[in-house]
Amino acid sequence: MTGLGTVVRSGVRRRRVQTVVIALAAFLAVTAAVLAGSLLVASTAPFDRSFAAQHGAHLSALFDGARASEAQVAASAHAPGVAEAAGPFAVVTQTPSLGPDAETPAGMELPPLTIVGRAEPTRGVDRVALVEGRWATGPGEIVLAEGAPVGTRLVFADLPGRPAVTVVGRARSTSQTAEAWVVPTAIPGLTSPGATPGRQMLYRLAAHGSTSDVATGLAAVTSTVPGGALLGSRSWLASKEAADRNTALFVPLLVAFGLLGLVMAVLSVGGVVAGAVGAATYRIGVLRALGFTPGQVVRAYLGQALIPAAVGIGLGVVAGNLLAVPILTTTSEVYGTGPSGVAPWVDVVVVAAAVAVVAATAWLASWRAGRLRPVEALTVGRAPAVGRGRSAAALAARLPLPRPISLGLAQPFARPARLTTMIATVVFGTAAVALAVGLAASLNRIEAARTHDTADVAVGPSRPPGQPGPGPKAGPGSRPEPGPDAATVRAAIAARPGTGAAYGIAETTAAVAGVPGAVEVLAFTDDPSWAGYELTEGRWFRDPGEVLVPTPLLTAVGAKVGDTISLSVDGRPVPVRVVGEVFSTSNEGMQVFTRLDTMLAAEPGLRPREYRVDVADGVDVAGYVAALDAAVRPLGLRAEVNRAGQSEVLLALGALTGLLTLMLVAVAGLGILNAVVLQTRERVRELGVHKALGMTPRQAVAVVLSSVVLFGLVGGALGVPAGISLHGVLLPAMGHRAGVNLPQVVLDVYRPWSVALLGLGGLVIAVLGALLPALWAARIRTATALRTE
Amino acid sequence: MPVIELRGVCRRYDAGPPALDDVTLTVEPGEAVAVLGPSGSGKSTLLNLVAGLDRPDAGTVTVAGVRLDGLGEAASARYRRAHVGMVFQFFNLLDDLTVTDNVVLPALLAGTSRTEAHRRCAALLESLGLARHAAAYPGRLSGGQRQRVAVARALMNRPTLLLADEPTGALDSASGEDVSRLLTELNAEGQTLILVTHDEILAARCATRTVRIVDGRVHSDEPSAAARPSAGAVR
Repeated sequence: MTGLGTVVRSGVRRRRVQTVVIALAAFLAVTAAVLAGSLLVASTAPFDRSFAAQHGAHLSALFDGARASEAQVAASAHAPGVAEAAGPFAVVTQTPSLGPDAETPAGMELPPLTIVGRAEPTRGVDRVALVEGRWATGPGEIVLAEGAPVGTRLVFADLPGRPAVTVVGRARSTSQTAEAWVVPTAIPGLTSPGATPGRQMLYRLAAHGSTSDVATGLAAVTSTVPGGALLGSRSWLASKEAADRNTALFVPLLVAFGLLGLVMAVLSVGGVVAGAVGAATYRIGVLRALGFTPGQVVRAYLGQALIPAAVGIGLGVVAGNLLAVPILTTTSEVYGTGPSGVAPWVDVVVVAAAVAVVAATAWLASWRAGRLRPVEALTVGRAPAVGRGRSAAALAARLPLPRPISLGLAQPFARPARLTTMIATVVFGTAAVALAVGLAASLNRIEAARTHDTADVAVGPSRPPGQPGPGPKAGPGSRPEPGPDAATVRAAIAARPGTGAAYGIAETTAAVAGVPGAVEVLAFTDDPSWAGYELTEGRWFRDPGEVLVPTPLLTAVGAKVGDTISLSVDGRPVPVRVVGEVFSTSNEGMQVFTRLDTMLAAEPGLRPREYRVDVADGVDVAGYVAALDAAVRPLGLRAEVNRAGQSEVLLALGALTGLLTLMLVAVAGLGILNAVVLQTRERVRELGVHKALGMTPRQAVAVVLSSVVLFGLVGGALGVPAGISLHGVLLPAMGHRAGVNLPQVVLDVYRPWSVALLGLGGLVIAVLGALLPALWAARIRTATALRTE
Repeated sequence: MPVIELRGVCRRYDAGPPALDDVTLTVEPGEAVAVLGPSGSGKSTLLNLVAGLDRPDAGTVTVAGVRLDGLGEAASARYRRAHVGMVFQFFNLLDDLTVTDNVVLPALLAGTSRTEAHRRCAALLESLGLARHAAAYPGRLSGGQRQRVAVARALMNRPTLLLADEPTGALDSASGEDVSRLLTELNAEGQTLILVTHDEILAARCATRTVRIVDGRVHSDEPSAAARPSAGAVR
């Protein structure tokens, strides 16, 4: 073995702590970077990537099976402008109930499902992504886009024979072509008596970039089928707009975490390697004295840094890819896209960058040390430069503190560059924690404000099994059946002991000048402001004719709070004054909130379909619901515990934020660990002297831990405002991208006590990082420490 | 009653020959014992054992009535605070602390009040001729002055034993004489002194007894013919 090889081998083997720390730092940094990079990739135009991956349909059309034959519909694939097509697929819409073995109460009715018969999901247009379970292989099996978990039995109680199916998988179509899929042979069994299943065609268009392009394509395919056969269509642009609006809320968050992860990774690995090589200056002096050239020194230390780093990088890539699976699955849930793995180029870029960072920092540090004259390196390497930190030591000695603590407080000032790196590490770690805590709180509030349904009890229409269902929820262009008389229901609710507040919600639609399609109108019997609604401007409606409007509708009509706009209900004008801007992203923000009596003149038969009840404090909700349910059943209603607001997306984001924060804190802790290891090792002889003078192990721990207290506090003091500022920038950006103004309550999530606690987080990160070296300092034998060079 | 009592002490590092092999030795209060021997003979190991910096593999070490061979690190530290002052060949002063801060350190570690520690430190520096250097950093002092500071630090807690490991080994002859005179004076005051050295002249000048160690064993143990100059008040 050459001299160089011997030096590298002994350096790696004998300096085990540093070898392990470099490997660990590289491991964590690469893991974090793979995750962060994957998040950045996943957050870049998620709809477009998923749409491209699924070979999505630019246009999906539903034809009346009774008016157009299968052959006629299939022929539409050859219409001008159609580049590729799939179908026809048979389509039915049915309302399932939960089977007897479900976790939730058996018989509970689920929303109606658009069920498509497809034998094979992964070919042609709209290659549906299976995210869980498997594809249906025979009648009796169904794959859902969302809802009941795999294994659940669903019963179609409206159909003869009450056919049942088992959920065997969950799949996602970016083109949103169905809510459920079965094999084609299962469709007849799921078709209502006398009805003919619809026929769905999926098209990819040669020209698809604009609404008019897609409209031209629709006109072309419609012209090939008998008149009136087209029941409905969906443009990919509508799906894209909806998806982009939804994901826009979360993209900046994940991008921020991704960037933080990358910065921390670079800082951590760079700091560790630079510190490790810098600490070897004395050894470099010895090598130079033995005849090593500066070039040989650089090569030796490149080797010593790269060998453990390579191990860490390799393990980090594996761990990053493994960890990315659940994280990207969660991300795809958030984005509503198909699941994606780590892009191979992310692995390649991260590995290359990690090697480059390690090599560059090792090269720089060893080049600097290698260029010193041997005698200088020997002098410099023995101890921190004399004079550095002396003022701090003198000042600390005057502090009325136990001497071990004042000794420790002064130590970091002997190495200003390392002190700066450690402070930066703590700043990033604390900022990440502060940001994560703020985002978690904000997301909770966004979700509460978005669902604005914090009531304890929901009262809605019920029907015994076998009766026709109520049909889909109100949406643009459709109106639900009216419910029972509001006064009767309100009286029944008010009569129940334990009722706190309650309101009924009537839903209808209206046209608003300047807005294409219908706008959803939610008309309330009573004040609903307690149910989680948040205003971004103005006040709540008090009188008839006053409305609240979400930002997107306000923007669409070019109005502002205080303006009067005109709703049109079946041609009857309803002039209303906008008194407030409310945060809502439902129906893409195309909603109007008002008192019920605002709408009664235009729509006298309008009645609430649903009610929400807030139970008084201390009242048992389950008991209340049971009693209220019995009271409203005769009115054709059912009371149940309100489960709204338990968003899976929110839970997923919370888990994601928690995991990423944990990783960032671990990377920060490791950076501190390395710095304190270097500092403690450098001062081991000094430690030996202290111990020889009577310093106890506990006092040795106090010295090491107190050496991180100041920069932990300073890092926390700088990091928390940085994290809060980042939160203050990110949140409005999230709202801006989503086209909504976020209510102040979403932005103001930090309280003085939480800021103080977060500030202490810097200290916790620093102390956790310093704990191992402190224990080592306590354990080292005095004689050993005194002998150490 | 002896202040130091070693019985059948063995100490071995790794797989090599024993650094100390069945050493039995007693030191009475007020003695000045020079431990002489060539490099690697085991004299520093002996000093480390007496200082509680190391533990024997076999045998017992009792100093000032304290059995050291079974003490943990914390108890060893408390023992050193109470009974031992150490002077090293290379001073082992902390470069980023002033002379005063170096000297008061053992007292502060032992929990002595700051006022009392500084009072005692000022008296020690005065008696050792270092008062005008109290605010200086060790790097600005001569070798002899640094070793005097180290002696002051070693005396700070009024130790039962003063252990000196080659105290003049890093000094020029004038400074060496200065330090040896100081040690002699301290012993004359009643300070028990263990001096590890390979300097026969220093041993003859400072010690009342000379123990020679060769290959980890006590080769000879005999009184020295040390001359005793009149003692100065150093404590």
